[in-house]
Amino acid sequence: MVAHPDLQTQFDLRVAEDQRIEPKDWMPEPYRRTLVRQISQHAHSEIVGMLPEGNWITRAPSLRRKAVLLAKVQDEAGHGLYLYSAAETLGTSREQMIDDLHSGKAKYSSIFNYPTLSWADMGVIGWLVDGAAIMNQVPLCRTSYGPYARAMVRICKEESFHQRQGYEIMMTLAKGSEAQRAMAQDALNRWWWPVLMMFGPKDDESPNTALSMQWKIKRFTNDELRQKFVDATVPQAEYLGLNIPDPDLKWNETRGHYDFGPINWDEFWEVVKGNGPCNRQRLEARRKAHEEGAWVREAAAAYANKRKAKSEK
Amino acid sequence: MDTQWPLWEVFIRSKQGLDHKHVGSLHAADAQMAMENARDVYTRRREGVSIWVVESKHIHASNPDEQEAFFDPADDKAYRHPTFYEVPDSLTHI
Repeated sequence: MVAHPDLQTQFDLRVAEDQRIEPKDWMPEPYRRTLVRQISQHAHSEIVGMLPEGNWITRAPSLRRKAVLLAKVQDEAGHGLYLYSAAETLGTSREQMIDDLHSGKAKYSSIFNYPTLSWADMGVIGWLVDGAAIMNQVPLCRTSYGPYARAMVRICKEESFHQRQGYEIMMTLAKGSEAQRAMAQDALNRWWWPVLMMFGPKDDESPNTALSMQWKIKRFTNDELRQKFVDATVPQAEYLGLNIPDPDLKWNETRGHYDFGPINWDEFWEVVKGNGPCNRQRLEARRKAHEEGAWVREAAAAYANKRKAKSEK
Repeated sequence: MDTQWPLWEVFIRSKQGLDHKHVGSLHAADAQMAMENARDVYTRRREGVSIWVVESKHIHASNPDEQEAFFDPADDKAYRHPTFYEVPDSLTHI
């Protein structure tokens, strides 16, 4: 569609009035491209995010923990599917998105390129990784693109269980033996900084933020969300009796927020570029699952065709 | 790139007495698989008592670019609303 001045004006007005944009409405191409990038990246994160946790399903310490972890990983698959279906309403195909993930063209959250070394990591992932995701996702329930906003409402309803089950694991370990407390602290030490990086680059280095805010795709900047997350999380760590590994972390009376130390952005960009501890392993696992599942997809299609042919006779 | 199964739209009745409501879409090889996938993707927490799946290509939608013209026959018929009619304040049950 060609950008028509009236259509552009109508679009701008709708966004300004907090109305939603729906799939068949006219929208500027850069808006569509930004959404496809963000929603597919979000979907990929849900799918790749199953891998670090899937790693622990067979080693969960009890049947209850195992059932919970399984349910959580199933939810992540569901969230990926809601989001892929939202992205498809913008005219991109599922095949293209999957292909872009597997070729390395599309990104997913850098956090999933870190390894899950102990059971405590399942606690920290639920508590902090899902906690950070919720911080990010709650405002997205009001994002300007209708199908994305509706998918996020569904996701946010389910995500709260993820965070709570993680915190419950942390509480159990924190109240446990010396070794269990040490395991919990070690997990927090390893995950804290990568979790803060999940909110993305600093505002002055985030090229997409201004437009996304103008289009009301994003409602808060990366730094605003990061600050909200730190403020919300510090008391939770204190309750557990665990130390956040940041010597500069302290309450700032005048700002009414916690100050925190500098983030290692070199590490962040290295992971984004594909050089994190598990980037290769994650993509390899995705590609392998896709390739080895090809015969199942083909068989199901053949079976559906056969049944259709029979019923038409 | 391999080809995907067709796209299906999913509608769910959340409880008896309510309408089926569109909740999203999914890919499946046939209607039965679409139904089972819809159950697994959209009702993991008992969100529904009934599911409809419709292959997306069978849905015909009104065109948003013609929204104004398409819906405007209803615009000048305020007399279809009860507030169009004035009745004395002292009356009740009307």
